[in-house]
Amino acid sequence: MPSMNMIQALNSALDVALAGDPDVLIFGEDVGYFGGVFRVTDGLQAKYGLQRCFDTPISESGIIATAIGMGAYGLRPIAEIQFADYILPAFDQLVSEAARLRYRSNGQFWAPITVRAPYGGGIFGGQTHSQSPEALFAHVTGLKTVIPSNPYDAKGLLLAAIAEDDPVIFLEPKRVYNGPFDGRRDQNAKSWVGHPHSEVPAGDYRVPLGKAATVRPGSAATVLAYGTMVHVALAGIEESGADAELLDLRSIVPLDIEAIVESVKRTGRCVILHEASRFGGFGAELSALVQERCFYHLRSPIERVAGWDTPYPHAFEWDYFPGPARVVAALQRVLEN
Amino acid sequence: MAGTAGAGGASRPDPDVAAARIQDLAYGLIRVLGDDALAVGAWDPGLTSTLLLRGLRAMLLTRMFDDRMFRAHRQGKCSFYIKSAGEEAIGAAQSLMLDGGDMCFPTYRMLSWLMARDYPLTDLVNQVFSNAACPLRGRQLPVLYSARSHGFYSISGNLGSRFGHAVGWAMASAYKHDRRIAIGYIGEGTTAEGDFHEALTFASVYRAPVILCVTNNQYAISTYQGIAAGDAPTFAAKAIGFGIPGLRVDGNDFLAIAAATRWAAERARTNHGPTLIELFTYRAEGHSTSDDPTRYRPEREPAAWPLGDPIERLKHHLIRSGDWSEARHAALTQELAEAVRTAVKEGESIGTLGQSKPDARSMFEGVFKEPDWRLREQMREFGG
Repeated sequence: MPSMNMIQALNSALDVALAGDPDVLIFGEDVGYFGGVFRVTDGLQAKYGLQRCFDTPISESGIIATAIGMGAYGLRPIAEIQFADYILPAFDQLVSEAARLRYRSNGQFWAPITVRAPYGGGIFGGQTHSQSPEALFAHVTGLKTVIPSNPYDAKGLLLAAIAEDDPVIFLEPKRVYNGPFDGRRDQNAKSWVGHPHSEVPAGDYRVPLGKAATVRPGSAATVLAYGTMVHVALAGIEESGADAELLDLRSIVPLDIEAIVESVKRTGRCVILHEASRFGGFGAELSALVQERCFYHLRSPIERVAGWDTPYPHAFEWDYFPGPARVVAALQRVLEN
Repeated sequence: MAGTAGAGGASRPDPDVAAARIQDLAYGLIRVLGDDALAVGAWDPGLTSTLLLRGLRAMLLTRMFDDRMFRAHRQGKCSFYIKSAGEEAIGAAQSLMLDGGDMCFPTYRMLSWLMARDYPLTDLVNQVFSNAACPLRGRQLPVLYSARSHGFYSISGNLGSRFGHAVGWAMASAYKHDRRIAIGYIGEGTTAEGDFHEALTFASVYRAPVILCVTNNQYAISTYQGIAAGDAPTFAAKAIGFGIPGLRVDGNDFLAIAAATRWAAERARTNHGPTLIELFTYRAEGHSTSDDPTRYRPEREPAAWPLGDPIERLKHHLIRSGDWSEARHAALTQELAEAVRTAVKEGESIGTLGQSKPDARSMFEGVFKEPDWRLREQMREFGG
């Protein structure tokens, strides 16, 4: 089985999708001739032609509007937003149009679109290349939001997302494009080579949306994470020595509530991680769900480890980024009781 | 205001003309029906009287239906209503000039498109009354229709955000090598939104087979068109910067609208790209059931509007052509009044606002193709 980093795995997914369905098109800023600023669409225009993989004007709202119109016609477009930070000009299209088209037309029209966007921090990208806006999308009913953490999942989830008849926001944690970054920036960057999840089948396979993965079984606490934070969580758990269970949510809508509840009821403790700032973040929803469904099983208050409630601060990236030390501290707090 | 030369004055180039050669059409006014109600000039589309009578019928039915539904709002039978008064020629002419497979991305003043395609009146009434038989199952305001079977895309109350969908739909059609085209609408006020400029950019860059229309009815609720136009002399002229043809058309002239639409459709179907059409018209009544136009514009302005009433103009044209008469018009009016009355009665027998509504449990359906656990749980929690 080929070994791939996440970029190669995503590229392979797009290749499979283009080869398998003539109604799949890919477009976005710099995705065609150049192959994308992160090279995810590298070679696809050369292989499939200008009609199927093409560059767009710098107009995120226009990109998504075009995708919705194509989807309403019956195509299955995949739009790339160059950085998730730039998705906000398209927010109206996603919220007011893509998410509601099926509902408001009573099923006459729908938007089977996939919107890919590199997201998250850890690359010294400053405020406009580092944000994690997943909670904005999770709050919008009618959208699905997927966040892979490794190459195998990235390809399988992307192929599942493309096959969806509902709009999917597919957020790619760019800090783990090239290797499983665990938040310890003082260590040498790791590559995906040799990692079990870098073994990626060349052909078609799907990782279903809404199914969490148990990255590490455990009995003392449940850690919920997605994207880059899965690797940070693992480092923190190992550093703490706690027998914590780690769930990689893989998609936040749909959410694998059964896996979360089953785990927390068993462990009695819960730590929730995300890079995005804490207040009103997706961790707040997770925390509410866990207390609603697991309150009488909890032995300590739920902990959230998240970005601070500031804009993403460039020179203070590593003061802001919720690294393993904060995971260790949170685990210690939940394990005090 | 840019030129409002007499009918028949504008030249009619071939539809494959280079956009740069016809910039004058963005500043003039394409008119076919003169003040004497005769069709003149190069843009006379030479339509059959059968087709013109279908158009007249659709326009008249739209106006009569609107009047009845507006009254229904005052009687508490619906939550809201918007009329097309004065703008009926646009949807009727364009609906009849385009093919069944083409797709219209409408605004909320395009009811005459549906009327021209014989959309069932009872379905309209049931949506306006938000009753158990509402075709959109009570999810949308009255007038925000969706009728895929009639080439009519889902309307929403937010403005402009579907203009780009028309472009994407047209690009998809081109990609699939079919002959279908899209037509999108935006009000002159909404040209100030980014959606307008984005759609034109994409239409131009990808040479999409789409007709993009600005219905300039002079008012965005209370705000006159100058607040959107600024010093730009016409909305059609905005096409010039995008390198596409801009046609400024008398939007109360059924024949001129039909001719310009046919020209733009031929241009689109022969892969010569998009056209921007400004339909210069006048919103003869208030914005909706929620405003009083005398509060923000002169009371006598509607009557003084120089381009007349689109229904009257087509009616007089047909009479002058010998294809119609006051007596036949009166008979048609009576027939349509009866049709509206029947549809309203049917709707009332199901129920008006608050008396009847779809099964409330259905509100949890259709958010996604398949409901997730949240929606299933909430449906149970709701009970009902």
